Amino acid sequence: MKTKKMKEILGKVAPLLALVLLFIILSLATEKFFTLNNMMNILRQTAVNGLISAAMLVVLITAGIDLSVGANAILCACMMGMLKTSFGITNSLVLILVCIITGVFIGFLNGILLTKMHLPHPFVSTLGMKNVLCGLALFVVSTKTISDFPAAVTFLGSSNLFKVSGGFSGIPLCFIVLILIYIVYHFFLNKTALGRMIYCVGGNPEAARLSGINSDNILIFVYSLSGFMCSIAALVIVGRSAVANPSAAISPYDTDAIAACIIGGASFMGGKGTIWGTLIGALMISTIRNGLTLLNTSSSVQYIVIGLVIIAAVFIDVTRTRMEAKAKRLAAK
Amino acid sequence: MSNYLVELKGVTKRFPGVVAMRNMSLQIRPGEIHGLIGENGAGKSTLIKVLTGVHIPEEGSIYIEGNKVSFKNPNEAATAGIACVYQELNIVKLLSVTDNIFINKAINKKGSPFLDYTKMHEIAHEVMLSLGQDIAVKKECGSYGMGIQQMVEIAKAVLIDAKLIIMDEPTSSLGEKEVEQLMKTVRSLKEKGIAILFVSHKLEELFELCDRVTVMRDGEHILTKNTDELDNDSLISAMVGRTLDNQYPKIEAEPGAEALRVEHLNSAGVLRDVSFHANHGEILGFAGLVGAGRTETFRAVFGADPYDGGEIYINGEKVVIKSPKAGIRCGMAFLTEDRKGQGLVLSQSVRTNLILSNMRRCTKGLFFDEKQIDQLAEENISDLKIKTPTADEVVGQLSGGNQQKVVIGKWINTNADIYIFDEPTRGIDVGAKVEVYNIMNRLVRAGKCVIMISSELPEIIGMSDRVIVMREGRIMGELSRKTDVLNQEIIMKAAWGGEIR
Repeated sequence: MKTKKMKEILGKVAPLLALVLLFIILSLATEKFFTLNNMMNILRQTAVNGLISAAMLVVLITAGIDLSVGANAILCACMMGMLKTSFGITNSLVLILVCIITGVFIGFLNGILLTKMHLPHPFVSTLGMKNVLCGLALFVVSTKTISDFPAAVTFLGSSNLFKVSGGFSGIPLCFIVLILIYIVYHFFLNKTALGRMIYCVGGNPEAARLSGINSDNILIFVYSLSGFMCSIAALVIVGRSAVANPSAAISPYDTDAIAACIIGGASFMGGKGTIWGTLIGALMISTIRNGLTLLNTSSSVQYIVIGLVIIAAVFIDVTRTRMEAKAKRLAAK
Repeated sequence: MSNYLVELKGVTKRFPGVVAMRNMSLQIRPGEIHGLIGENGAGKSTLIKVLTGVHIPEEGSIYIEGNKVSFKNPNEAATAGIACVYQELNIVKLLSVTDNIFINKAINKKGSPFLDYTKMHEIAHEVMLSLGQDIAVKKECGSYGMGIQQMVEIAKAVLIDAKLIIMDEPTSSLGEKEVEQLMKTVRSLKEKGIAILFVSHKLEELFELCDRVTVMRDGEHILTKNTDELDNDSLISAMVGRTLDNQYPKIEAEPGAEALRVEHLNSAGVLRDVSFHANHGEILGFAGLVGAGRTETFRAVFGADPYDGGEIYINGEKVVIKSPKAGIRCGMAFLTEDRKGQGLVLSQSVRTNLILSNMRRCTKGLFFDEKQIDQLAEENISDLKIKTPTADEVVGQLSGGNQQKVVIGKWINTNADIYIFDEPTRGIDVGAKVEVYNIMNRLVRAGKCVIMISSELPEIIGMSDRVIVMREGRIMGELSRKTDVLNQEIIMKAAWGGEIR
């Protein structure tokens, strides 16, 4: 019994161990890596992907996918840009509100497309939506990059706590917010009825429906939540870069998020995945990017490495499941 | 040279934590129809998988025509002449009948990389004809019914010159007529010298068809006897290891007030003017052929499907039900015929599945009330005798009968008033069946209204207080235990279009 428990725990912390290993290797490879400020950098770089991964995770649990997450976030940013340049609105509260409403509305639309208009799989509808949003983002700001946002808008993405000028770069506020959101997610997914229903709808939508769970509403909620997380990511993006750049809509936000979730144990088949696994996945991706940049590798190599990591993560997961089954068989003898 | 086509000696197969088959022996003669029966979890599936090379046994030996074999994969078993028609057919519905029959041994034109469809169609048609099916083999397999799709599987077996065809619950998804056709085909295969291992839960079929019957229990061989030396009771007691006093433990309860009344329910092409009522404290049976509209009636009443017209009254009050959620709110519970596809979330725990229908009521403030849920799950598990290591076990790991009890538990937890049981004992073993009947009795005694849709007439006759017979979306008539004689002929006549009285 004890060894079984140990193995279970080991299985759960395996991604964490891989992350630690990655840290050790990178520390040995370059002395620029393991410094306090670089660690804070990694956290800063994790925030956007972490938020979008949280959006992706709930969708993946329902056996769906949301390819429009990145474009949605950029559109949210560009909507604020439009209000500022075309309408001269500089009230931060209005800007942030419009940002969030845009994100949630787009997510809501994705949910409606899936449930009420019976599009076969969200892969198709959200892929279409991604293209629409890329275009809209360019359209609303007339393809211009907008800068000079009010401080309250950029606050979330740019602030650092305990900053020492010339020394410690400070703990990024966006990462602290990310952790707070993840804690809420943890309780939401594991301890509430709605959270459990999301897993059940992912596991068997028809059984859930016939058990009185309104699967359609759950799915609409899930995609709206995804949209909401995208709008928060938008605020961080604007804060970190100080601009709303419409052409960023085609950046690989969506695939990075999927990668983080899958590395963290989620499955395309639905019904699986945890928020803490996703955090490790997101940290892993930004650590690799960060380390490779410090080693002066080109972005082409970065893409290749991250692609291989994703494939390796899924392969390890599949192999582990098969090994466990085999171990059980042997133990029965 | 041995007299047996297939012989197993002391075969043992282990799985994590369990011995699925222990010291199994079995002898199948050439050209005999050999019945195999046992409760769920008795090891029948394991036996089939060992014979077809899916599982590799740890101990014992298998002989085919006296030669020792050890299959490493299903291909080797097929080459040795063992084919299996699984309960879940391996049919690619979008491909033609021919393509399915030739799925792993297509014929090329001589000296060409292209397929010789002329020849393949010809052979396919011939084989299907020999099975009594004169059908267009160029058509998509999915356009034919289950009966013919099954024949396509049998054709595949015939084409590889199988000496033994294993049929795993072949009649479970067939209608009455298709079953008849299947039996004819099985007999004609026997005449050709092909042995059949016929696995079934239905005793009548075994008696009608088989030369000999083998009973398994707890992964072991219990007996093999000629069919004419056996009867219902001796088979059942061999299967369960004890005598069942009564296969149908019917209790007489006093029917109470009307619980559900349906008037003029219509649904284009499916239901025609369906009217009936069900009372508290009684079991109302719904008999009829597969596709007679029984399931459709209750899917509409429960809110799972829309309908075109009609009125529904619950406890005398008119209600409008447009979703399963509304149906549950009106006090209905609907145990679907397909428990894996529609009743359970297989990847989730027993505990979660037990509260699937009333999650929102298991919370304390924002969060789950874990203590209350644990207590409820423990209660369900001991009340319904659900055999599971813990409440956290994944439901997919349980046997069919125990899965069904989890579904029943789920509905009992909603505190429903009207229980609609659609084929509640399909695919579960005899012992678990009796337990399901006892649960129904308990509900009736508590004054609940129980409606049971079943295609097994003995069950309908054994358990119902009143029986309604449907045919082609219409109600053909009603019989009452009190005033009429319930027997199979009267009900079957009505189901086939005759008049009651």
